[in-house]
Amino acid sequence: MGLDTSRRGFLKGGSVALGAAALPFLKFMPAQAAGDDVVVVVMGQTINSLDLHRTGTNRPSYQVAVNCYDRLVSFGTKTMPDGSLSYDYSTIVPEIAESWTVSDDGKVLTFRIKPEAVFQDGSKVTAQDVKWSFDRAVSVGGFPTTQMAAGGLLRPDQFAAVDEATFTVTLDKPSKLALPDLAVPVPFILNSKIAKQHVTDADPWAMEFVHKNTIGSGAYKVVRWDPGQQLVYERNDLWTGGPLPGAKRVVLREVPSQATRRALIERGDVQMSWNIPNKDASELDGKVEVYSTPIENAIYVVSLNYNFEPFQDPDVRKAVAYAIPYEEIFKTAAYGRGVPMWGGSGIETIDWPQPSPYVFDLDKAREHLEKSAFAGGFDVPFSIDLGQSDWMEPTALLIQEQLAKLGITSTIDKIPGANWRTASLVEKRLPLALETFGGWLNYPCYYFFWAYQEGHLFNSSNYANPEIEQLVAETLDLPVEHPDYAPKVKRMFEIAFEDLPRIPLFQPALSVAMNGATGYEYWFHRELDARKLAKG
Amino acid sequence: MNRRLRAVLARLAQALPVILGVVLVSFLLTRALPGDPAAYFAGDAADAASIEETRVKLGLDRSMPEQFGLYVLQLAQGDLGQSLTTGQPVVEELARRLPASLELTLVALLVSCGIAVPLGVLAATRPGSWVDHACRLLVTAGVSLPTFFTGVALIYVFYYLTGWAPSPLGRLDFIYLEPPSVTGFFLIDAALAGDAETWFAALRQLILPAATLALFTLAPIARMTRAAMLSALSSDYIRTARAAGLTSRKILFGYAFRNALLPVVTTLGMVFSFTLGANVLVEKVFAWPGIGSYAVEALVASDYAAVQGFVLCMALLFVALNLLIDLAYSMIDPRIGFDSK
Repeated sequence: MGLDTSRRGFLKGGSVALGAAALPFLKFMPAQAAGDDVVVVVMGQTINSLDLHRTGTNRPSYQVAVNCYDRLVSFGTKTMPDGSLSYDYSTIVPEIAESWTVSDDGKVLTFRIKPEAVFQDGSKVTAQDVKWSFDRAVSVGGFPTTQMAAGGLLRPDQFAAVDEATFTVTLDKPSKLALPDLAVPVPFILNSKIAKQHVTDADPWAMEFVHKNTIGSGAYKVVRWDPGQQLVYERNDLWTGGPLPGAKRVVLREVPSQATRRALIERGDVQMSWNIPNKDASELDGKVEVYSTPIENAIYVVSLNYNFEPFQDPDVRKAVAYAIPYEEIFKTAAYGRGVPMWGGSGIETIDWPQPSPYVFDLDKAREHLEKSAFAGGFDVPFSIDLGQSDWMEPTALLIQEQLAKLGITSTIDKIPGANWRTASLVEKRLPLALETFGGWLNYPCYYFFWAYQEGHLFNSSNYANPEIEQLVAETLDLPVEHPDYAPKVKRMFEIAFEDLPRIPLFQPALSVAMNGATGYEYWFHRELDARKLAKG
Repeated sequence: MNRRLRAVLARLAQALPVILGVVLVSFLLTRALPGDPAAYFAGDAADAASIEETRVKLGLDRSMPEQFGLYVLQLAQGDLGQSLTTGQPVVEELARRLPASLELTLVALLVSCGIAVPLGVLAATRPGSWVDHACRLLVTAGVSLPTFFTGVALIYVFYYLTGWAPSPLGRLDFIYLEPPSVTGFFLIDAALAGDAETWFAALRQLILPAATLALFTLAPIARMTRAAMLSALSSDYIRTARAAGLTSRKILFGYAFRNALLPVVTTLGMVFSFTLGANVLVEKVFAWPGIGSYAVEALVASDYAAVQGFVLCMALLFVALNLLIDLAYSMIDPRIGFDSK
């Protein structure tokens, strides 16, 4: 392991309370007294790499890219109605770039890098580092390359280091997605001088080294990583991307059992519990600080597969939509956390997600079913993901009960982790399933691109509609302010609600509990951003 | 002694086909898992092309015999491959996690034996008395409570309500650092390093999970001790010993107990193996970084290398355990010839 700090060095390097003088009392010291500037966070998942670009890096590990690296730009911060902080999709702010300009044809983005920006080792951040990092992101394949492509960043020849402080991105066509795509965790900037020392013929992008070492200019560096147990961030006092975090150290402990995490946060031995279930969120509210933020551009849906014969009938699809007990699902599965997505009164805005016009009405459901060719009902397997059973299981049971009243017999089929993705998203073979997708880039057209376009990954319904294909293609790169944008997007919503490949249930929320720390900020990537964390 | 050594070597040689079988079967079984690791590890927004890229990177596009050949070749060099879920070499991971599981299981079994064996002996000498009934009650309660329930209940009482136990955060609270690794057993390593604070810290973390497991394993050991003692006490040689006027102490421990030990040791071996498996739930509740939770995570994600490594490691462990138990037999009862088996 490249990053083990020595035992004693770790203790000495800590806060004053962790200094050598405190050592004899260590065994009497409760966790909360570990230091005024140490924040302890618990989560149920595991960090499996320090490098987002690596094949197989899981979602929770994306936070390392956020906390230990900078990007050219970032999103701003806004205060939510409940007083909590959220990232602000509508403003792009500097991170390592000081300023940027867009050429008149919208194709060339020129960034000036902050002259004071330095990596953790004190060396200057140059345009060459940015170029190397971007080349890496579009070359390694897999998720990072896909995400870069979403913003029109496809090939190394699009990136150029003009001089030490000037970096340009040249797009094939202007797109509103390009700049926000530079603010997602993927295009993070590595210290290419250090990385290149670890390059081999078999490993041209230093994947093995960056997997275990953080070589960025970000707010923190990882000083200790015990896979499966903990990750320790230490503040990088040389950070120039924003105001220095109040916490000197953030200790991230992996605790698989939810009951244990809850006991820890209630007792106050840890300051933050990441991604708590809705049930705990509603019960803990008031005892400790609980933040539930609706996840932008995300919906929990019932997916009806167009390859399954009964669901090819529009009346059957509507019958199902009217047979879903929305209110009850929202109360039982979401504990009221999130935003209802049913009973809408018409498409007036281009906000997404927005409520569908459907409500729970069994009479209407029967009417539609009788009009269809399947008036007598049919049998269908109802598939759910074992890993998301906390909301999927109650939801499926409630829907199953109502469908039975229509004569639609469903059997619930629980599918474990690795099989779920294959069955639902890759093979798209599940006739009736629960699904969730959230787009990082907060545009309705982006959501439709992934979830409604033919053959695209999150279109688990095998839905294909030529008009949708055309509308998505037309709106994807179009600026939101363009006069054509709103009417086209509204038309997409209309078709989606009429064709119903996905029946919206509710917009989920991300809940986080805090006890003795401040500075939680919601981000679209739904992982811990520790850059504003402080004790207190 | 020389003969015994040769016998041990012969036993080890017998284990070889077992190991080879395990290598082949674990390879085939992991491939038979229905999931597609390439789709799983390609990430959230992967399309068909990037899934294919991932497949090539993982070497899963090759034919099965080719994959197996590569696996055996790696294995011969002591390389179990790289786990995808944790991003670490499987060997490193097992080396770190196996001692954690073993430490927990062994401490639990020591505690369990310390209670169950005397309890069983006591119950056998006074069958039908209140001691016998109390023993039955305790072990039934212990075995009928699932470990995750006992674990959560213990945390609730001793950590959440009273605050006597330390935070259930794995092997050490985060303010301590692991003792320099020699055996991987924190209690032993801390003692070797002469670090009393860490030793106590590690012990405090161990108490609740070990108690949870111990409670679960009391039943088979206590019941087996009682039954074996009862049959030993009613046998002819005990009657003879009594008739010869030996002290009851000598009869009980010198003759009856020694003869009763054999089935108890056999049970202990079985209990040890199933406890190592039952660990999973306890590991989850106490955030214990053991191999049980590692294997379960790997299985869920179709993480081939990790699953194969785990199965192989357990197979080796059981071969060693069986050998150990056989050796213990011949020590307890010299009549059992080791080499004649």
